[in-house]
Amino acid sequence: MSGFRILVGCKRVIDYAVKVRVKPDKTGVVTEGVKHSMNPFDEIAVEEAVRMKEKKLASEIIAVSCGPQQCQETLRTALAMGVDRAIHVITEPKEYESMQPIHVSKILSKIATEEKADLVIVGKQAIDDDCNQTGQMTASLLDWPQATFASKIEKSNGDLSVMREIDGGLETIKVKVPAVLTSDLRLNEPRYATLPNIMKAKKKPLVTKKPSDYGVDITPRQEIVSVEDPPVRQAGQKVESVEELVTKLKEAGLV
Amino acid sequence: MAALRRTSRLLRHVLCNSRTTTVVQTRKIGEIWVDGSCINPALGLTEEQKQIQKVATDYAKNELFPNMAKWDEEEIFPVDTLKKAGELGFGAIYCREESGGTGLNRQDASVIFEALSQGCVSTTAYISIHNMCAWMIDEFGNKELSQKWIPQLSTMEKLASYCLTEPNHGSDAANLSTTAKQVGDKFILNGSKAFISGGGDTDVYIVMCRTGEQGPKGISCMLVEKGSPGLAFGKKEKKVGWNSQPTRAVIFEDCEVPASNLIGELGDGFKIAMRGLNGGRVNIASCSLGAAQSSIQLTRDHLKVRKQFGKTLDSFQHLQFTLADMATKLVTSRNIVRMAARALDEDWSEKVALCSMAKYFATEECSKICNDALQLHGGYGYLKDYAVQQYVRDIRVHQILEGTNEIMRLLISRDLLTDGERKYS
Ligand SMILES: Cc1cc2nc3c(=O)[nH]c(=O)nc-3n(C[C@H](O)[C@H](O)[C@H](O)COP(=O)(O)OP(=O)(O)OC[C@H]3O[C@@H](n4cnc5c(N)ncnc54)[C@H](O)[C@@H]3O)c2cc1C
Ligand SMILES: Cc1cc2nc3c(=O)[nH]c(=O)nc-3n(C[C@H](O)[C@H](O)[C@H](O)COP(=O)(O)OP(=O)(O)OC[C@H]3O[C@@H](n4cnc5c(N)ncnc54)[C@H](O)[C@@H]3O)c2cc1C
Repeated sequence: MSGFRILVGCKRVIDYAVKVRVKPDKTGVVTEGVKHSMNPFDEIAVEEAVRMKEKKLASEIIAVSCGPQQCQETLRTALAMGVDRAIHVITEPKEYESMQPIHVSKILSKIATEEKADLVIVGKQAIDDDCNQTGQMTASLLDWPQATFASKIEKSNGDLSVMREIDGGLETIKVKVPAVLTSDLRLNEPRYATLPNIMKAKKKPLVTKKPSDYGVDITPRQEIVSVEDPPVRQAGQKVESVEELVTKLKEAGLV
Repeated sequence: MAALRRTSRLLRHVLCNSRTTTVVQTRKIGEIWVDGSCINPALGLTEEQKQIQKVATDYAKNELFPNMAKWDEEEIFPVDTLKKAGELGFGAIYCREESGGTGLNRQDASVIFEALSQGCVSTTAYISIHNMCAWMIDEFGNKELSQKWIPQLSTMEKLASYCLTEPNHGSDAANLSTTAKQVGDKFILNGSKAFISGGGDTDVYIVMCRTGEQGPKGISCMLVEKGSPGLAFGKKEKKVGWNSQPTRAVIFEDCEVPASNLIGELGDGFKIAMRGLNGGRVNIASCSLGAAQSSIQLTRDHLKVRKQFGKTLDSFQHLQFTLADMATKLVTSRNIVRMAARALDEDWSEKVALCSMAKYFATEECSKICNDALQLHGGYGYLKDYAVQQYVRDIRVHQILEGTNEIMRLLISRDLLTDGERKYS
């Protein structure tokens, strides 16, 4: 489809395999010297957009990342996977710590309007804060239909047919474009970037903007009071019989 | 495989989805603590190199490492995995883009081979030999040869082998005795090559053979296709390591090769073979780096969990110091390997000696590192359930092939002792 434009969100997060550590002052988690990568659900979103372009269902893909300078590495990965151009909405590292899904949604919806996007695809959640809000709020701000937790996306006469993962099963819905989709785990399996595409990505356009360029105020509305490790799980005990179990529970004052 | 890769990516994440099961993951190579540590192989690389390294590391982690024990045990040459690597651009890394190669440089290639070999040394080492052959065709072959072969070698749909060693001429390769006689528009080859990596299973053989006088100047380089009349192979050798690739003798009995398959000019063969090997030495040294990197990671993790005398092993100073020695040897080796790669990229006249030093030093030190890693695993290190023993076995041969480490010292000392123009550089 010529002139069909897809906007994808690409958040830079601490790599899924990293054992996250709380900073000694409890203001957040350690990010220095820690491996970061593209949020896996966003990688799935990028892959889906690229496949749609390969099937000629889309003509252009734009990737957006909000955050500090290093987000450009994440955007380069997206470009190497097949995205056409990228927008980096840069924030100070300090500002980024208090950035919320609402801020990102406002930015994404502004960009979607400005760039005349027909479809926004973002991950269903980011694996760092696990919010699961950005897609939904972007849809609301744009007043577009949404199809969240997508595990299959197909075109059906001008609209999209989206299979969604819901509690206890799957649901297929039709959405009119423009729309906002969020990708679930089983939507696809992201490709490896090829070496030639990594080199080509270097030459693809990447522009840097500020939240204020989109009229978005990212002053924090929330304050992080304290970040703490989850309590360490206590070792359990094996009991031989129901009687013993009851005795133990009584001893512990639980029954 | 697909499902596995995806699950492993997202494991440890309790996803807000009832059908997602959390998988308990066994240790993986390229462990995350390495970022931000002194052995991080990404230190000092450009952004682009880091992206390339990431793809190669991901590929090693997902496609090679889970199979390396099986390929070793069952002696499987993983042709499909090679083709997949070819699709990503790993088949002709430093061939020119115009010919269908990837167009990266030797430093990039070194980073790639190091990353890949963490997942399987033997498979990566074969990929490195294949790359060396592709470069020889691209660099010295005429336009027809390079246009015909580089695209197919780049995707690894066709695989290549390097044929220099003979049963009676190993280190003394300049005196090789396989002959090629020109008859009309053909060369007729007679003789045999020994220890040919990929031999019998590959499609293209880059053969050094004698077309003229004794010594290096009488040698020419030919491309021999599998299926040529008179081309045969010996039995598959049983080896200590490098078991995911076959090694066989390649035999020529009045083997007919079109004259147009001559690479370079008559008499250029030895020079071409040595120029190829300069890069080959950097590549094979890079494969040792990957094995050492992975072995150190495994050892560090083992020391932190294994308890003896009521304490974890990482609390004994002897073991701490051994680990420090291993890390220091690794980073020093990496430095000289990357310097030699740079010498090739920038065509320094000292490149022969620097490539020799890199190969000599890195393959020796990395073998020590892997051996120490095995030692620090105690009895477990000797078991095939643990990867360290395979790294030890797989990189042992790097001290022998592509010029033994004795021959490396011969080249280094020659560089120091020769006055005036240096040989073969
Ligand atoms: C698994 C494997 C794969 C291989 N793949 C290939 C391949 O794909 N293509 C290919 O062409 N070859 C290949 N080889 C061959 C390899 O390059 C040779 O084994 C190597 O060059 C040594 O030759 P050689 O085995 O004849 O040993 P020799 O030359 O007989 O050497 C025996 C010992 O003597 C030492 N020595 C010899 N001459 C001197 C000297 N002048 N001064 C001091 N010490 C000396 C050597 O260093 C060595 O320690 C492979 C070998 C192996 C084991
Ligand atoms: C093939 C094979 C056959 C065997 N056969 C037998 C057998 O027949 N009978 C039998 O009883 N056992 C047998 N063993 C076991 C063998 O004796 C042990 O593997 C060995 O004692 C080491 O113990 P470990 O494997 O638990 O290593 P660990 O004790 O965990 O040691 C791991 C590493 O830490 C080092 N280390 C440990 N403590 C210290 C310290 N305080 N200071 C410095 N370094 C330290 C060790 O030297 C080693 O390098 C066999 C092992 C193998 C592999």
